Amino acid sequence: MAFVRFLWDFVVGDDWVSAAGVVLLLAAVALAVHAGSVNAWWLLPPGVIVVLALTLRRATRPHPARTSRPRGRLAPPP
Amino acid sequence: MNVAALLLTTFLASAVEGVEALTIVLAAGVTREWRSTLIGVGAALIALAGLVAVLGPALTAIPLNALRVAVGGLLLAFGLQWIRKAVLRAAGFKSLHDEAAIFARETQAARQAGEARRAGLDWYAFTLAFKGVLLEGLEVVFIVISFGANAHRVLVAAAGAGAAVLVVTAAGISLHRPLARVPENTTKFVVGLMLTTFGTFWGGEGVGVRWPGSDAALFGILAVYVAASAAAVAVMDPARHPVTM
Repeated sequence: MAFVRFLWDFVVGDDWVSAAGVVLLLAAVALAVHAGSVNAWWLLPPGVIVVLALTLRRATRPHPARTSRPRGRLAPPP
Repeated sequence: MNVAALLLTTFLASAVEGVEALTIVLAAGVTREWRSTLIGVGAALIALAGLVAVLGPALTAIPLNALRVAVGGLLLAFGLQWIRKAVLRAAGFKSLHDEAAIFARETQAARQAGEARRAGLDWYAFTLAFKGVLLEGLEVVFIVISFGANAHRVLVAAAGAGAAVLVVTAAGISLHRPLARVPENTTKFVVGLMLTTFGTFWGGEGVGVRWPGSDAALFGILAVYVAASAAAVAVMDPARHPVTM
């Protein structure tokens, strides 16, 4: 388990979205090239930028667990 | 592939990881015992060299397109991680890597750790140095192997990494303190951009893309990523989205 966790941290890192985005992007381009016979080189750089934007957005979005907002009407009084 | 780009990428990636490993090694050596620390460093370097020697030739036996998809995908994943951290630091969302603070933390932990001798070594110093160098070096080994195998120049890639290790070691010996003044974030930015560029290029070739202009497309891809990263740093405003990291 420790090795699997190490491997996950090593390859995927802090945000699984970027690793998943890379896999999806390469799969989409492979599909376009082989099934659609389109030389879809132009998909890759914009796709990578979209993945980067998504992962940056996730990193900078205020995390609900880190805020001290009340959790709703049922939250116990302080 | 351009030999200069190969050398530059492996040199910079190794230099960044080398600076981080040096901080750990210095903390172990200064506070515990130099002999055990250096034996730990040597053992880790032998393990890393063994990985390059075994995996380098093994990778060249894999069909080129399969290798390019796997390596391109992994380089993209690594590169995006490096760029993400560099952008967050440059935009003020994440504090800059502070080698002096890490050194202070590691030396304090090393002083507080108990005495334990195994095989005639200060086991804490040995394991701290071994793990530090091995973990920081693994990413470099991957970069060396993947770049080297794709370009059929494992030795050139290894030479770039080796040169960086020598430079960082020489600087560490002469200064005898962590290399806190190295522009680490800028270097990480450059390495992240190079990894992402080559990852895009090889990943694309692996899935069957034919790049316009062949190898010259690398410059275009790099330019697009430089512009996008610079725009991200300019647009992101930590004051509007305060995040504690």
